[in-house]
Amino acid sequence: MINVIGQRKIYLTISGVLVGAAIVAIFVFGFKQGIDFTGGALWQFKIQDVSDRTAMDNFFKNDLKVGDSRVNYDAGTQSFLVRIPAISEADHQKFLSSLKVKWPTATELGYSSIGPTVGAELKKNSLIALGLVLVGISLYIAFAFRKVFRPISSWKYGWVTLFTLVHDVSIPAGLLAVLGYLGKVEIDGNFIVALLVVMGFSVHDTIVVFDRIRENLFLDRDRSPFGEIVNRSVNQTMGRSINTSLTLILVLLALYFAGPANLHFFVLTLLVGVTTGIYSSIFVASPILFVWQNLGSKKPSTG
Amino acid sequence: MKKYAGFFLALIFVAAVAAGFFVYPKGFGAKASPWRLGLDLTGGSHLVYQVDLSGVNNADRDSVLNGMRDVIERRVNLYGVSEPQVYIAKSGGQTGKAEVVVEIAGEKDISKAIKQIGDTPFLDFREVEGEGTSTIFIKTNLTGRYITGAQLTFDQTTGAPQVSISFNDEGAKIFEDLTAKNVGKPVAIFLDNELIESPVVQQKISGGKAQITGRFTIDTAKLLVERFNAGALPAPITLINQETTSPTLGENSFTKTLLAGIIGTILVMLFMLFYYRGFGVYAVVALLIYIALTLAIFKLVPITLTLAGLAGFILTIGMAVDANILIFERIKEELKKGLSRQAAIYEGFKNAWLSIRDSNTSTIITAVILYYFTTSFVRGFAFTLLIGVAVSMFSAITTTRMLLTVFAKDSKPQKSNP
Repeated sequence: MINVIGQRKIYLTISGVLVGAAIVAIFVFGFKQGIDFTGGALWQFKIQDVSDRTAMDNFFKNDLKVGDSRVNYDAGTQSFLVRIPAISEADHQKFLSSLKVKWPTATELGYSSIGPTVGAELKKNSLIALGLVLVGISLYIAFAFRKVFRPISSWKYGWVTLFTLVHDVSIPAGLLAVLGYLGKVEIDGNFIVALLVVMGFSVHDTIVVFDRIRENLFLDRDRSPFGEIVNRSVNQTMGRSINTSLTLILVLLALYFAGPANLHFFVLTLLVGVTTGIYSSIFVASPILFVWQNLGSKKPSTG
Repeated sequence: MKKYAGFFLALIFVAAVAAGFFVYPKGFGAKASPWRLGLDLTGGSHLVYQVDLSGVNNADRDSVLNGMRDVIERRVNLYGVSEPQVYIAKSGGQTGKAEVVVEIAGEKDISKAIKQIGDTPFLDFREVEGEGTSTIFIKTNLTGRYITGAQLTFDQTTGAPQVSISFNDEGAKIFEDLTAKNVGKPVAIFLDNELIESPVVQQKISGGKAQITGRFTIDTAKLLVERFNAGALPAPITLINQETTSPTLGENSFTKTLLAGIIGTILVMLFMLFYYRGFGVYAVVALLIYIALTLAIFKLVPITLTLAGLAGFILTIGMAVDANILIFERIKEELKKGLSRQAAIYEGFKNAWLSIRDSNTSTIITAVILYYFTTSFVRGFAFTLLIGVAVSMFSAITTTRMLLTVFAKDSKPQKSNP
């Protein structure tokens, strides 16, 4: 049996450091925003036997006179991915023919362009959706646990859920901020979707533990100290907490390694988030519930 | 209970097998109704046009948007693009900014189709107030939406080429009122938001015919006539969003995602068999039934499967066994307490239910919020997630329960028959 409650300081410190680092990363580096948010165009094309990033960079900067262009080469599809500011469809066609003049084997694989107003709206909607999911799930937990046995108010379950949700999204978000800073990734609409899904999924394990605490509180009727009940509940459900997330992680690993490149960072965000979710449901949610409960109770109980 | 369980189980099996044939991409199912795949998997263009309805009365906005859709559809069809989809994505509401989406499959002629749409003229008439630099143009209701046709004519005195346009009855009435109101004053004609000319109205004009003189050559006048006859826009539009995927890239995404899905499913099944042994078999059967039924629902709704939607479905495969895990773990606990197998199964289901309900509800909350706050691409993901959660609850609870009820026997009285 792992003494989750007894060792809570260690577990919570690990969490605190990770979340702190993630939040610092987000504030210091910010997010590299993709065209979904800023507007602009993303152009993907393939040229036979050409993979020289510098040559392509020069072509865009000097021949096409697009100063603010960024060229990447994707080895998986053997194609260039170029990010340019929003251009008109006429310019797009002009650029495409210039490209074909210079490299006759060039073929367009994909082109997406998004107006700046669309990006602003997406940003607004993303923030609203994030807020709503946070509040929605927390309120639901508070509601679902309303008939819970003393000594905990069901609101505390809701608040702790809210805290673990923030915990679980901040770590993958921090990672993507770092990756963005290193120039590896630009966040897009899919990133927001991934964060929302992390919240929806990572709460599953937390629910399982809370459900067991609720049940044990009811069966125990004040005989054992609260900390002991929490600790017992965490240990009883640990196996299934890990297993339910593990099945999802198996699928995500398959998608990460065998899936298409354009899902890469979406899947990575989910992987990190779901893994964080396992940790938080065992080592964060219940200890916080315990600490909070102890703050207000007259006779302190230890686990 | 047991008797009914057998019957329902047989029913579920038959449904799942039928669903399996139905969703299999070859043979009977493909003929009955082929899979609808998104443009990001088959290749094609997804174009979003913003329609500025600020100059249109609230009451007329719906009809203007419908007219817009028809005009664009006709335009795209001119180029023989296969089955373009044109639909209204946002009706505009208070802001007056509506959106029309055009989806064109395949690769050929997409740029031509985009050019076609871009060439659709937007004509409007504006009242003129003030003079010189202080001139202001006031938009009127008279726009290209009332145009029924155009012709090349020549000015009788100067011989200059003209574009003669005809309005329908409604437009004729508006034109008559407009000219009556502005006798002795100029009325400005704008094409694609650029002033073409502002002739002074000599008298009220009835009959619904207007001449645009401008400074045309015969060729430019001819071109404009052609553009008008192919359809004039009832409101100005701008291309705000374009998403083009080549068939090669789409196919690449599709096969890779499919492969990842199959690998993921096999990994999940192996894990269940390895960790839960005998019980795992039930989870595997339930998972197969889940996959067949969910895909069949996708096809029946029908939903267009995009890359995001496919990814969403694959994620639900990892989640669909969650309920099984919770139930099996609980049954193991009950068995340890010394309950008989049947009793343990009963208690296991009963006690695992709250956790299953609550965690699935959280996912449903997420999916619904995602659906309402995002655009078409992500919507596919939210929708497959939602259907997946609903069916997985059914498959984990009902299917697994029936399986266990029918096949998991109390071991003690039947030792001779393992």
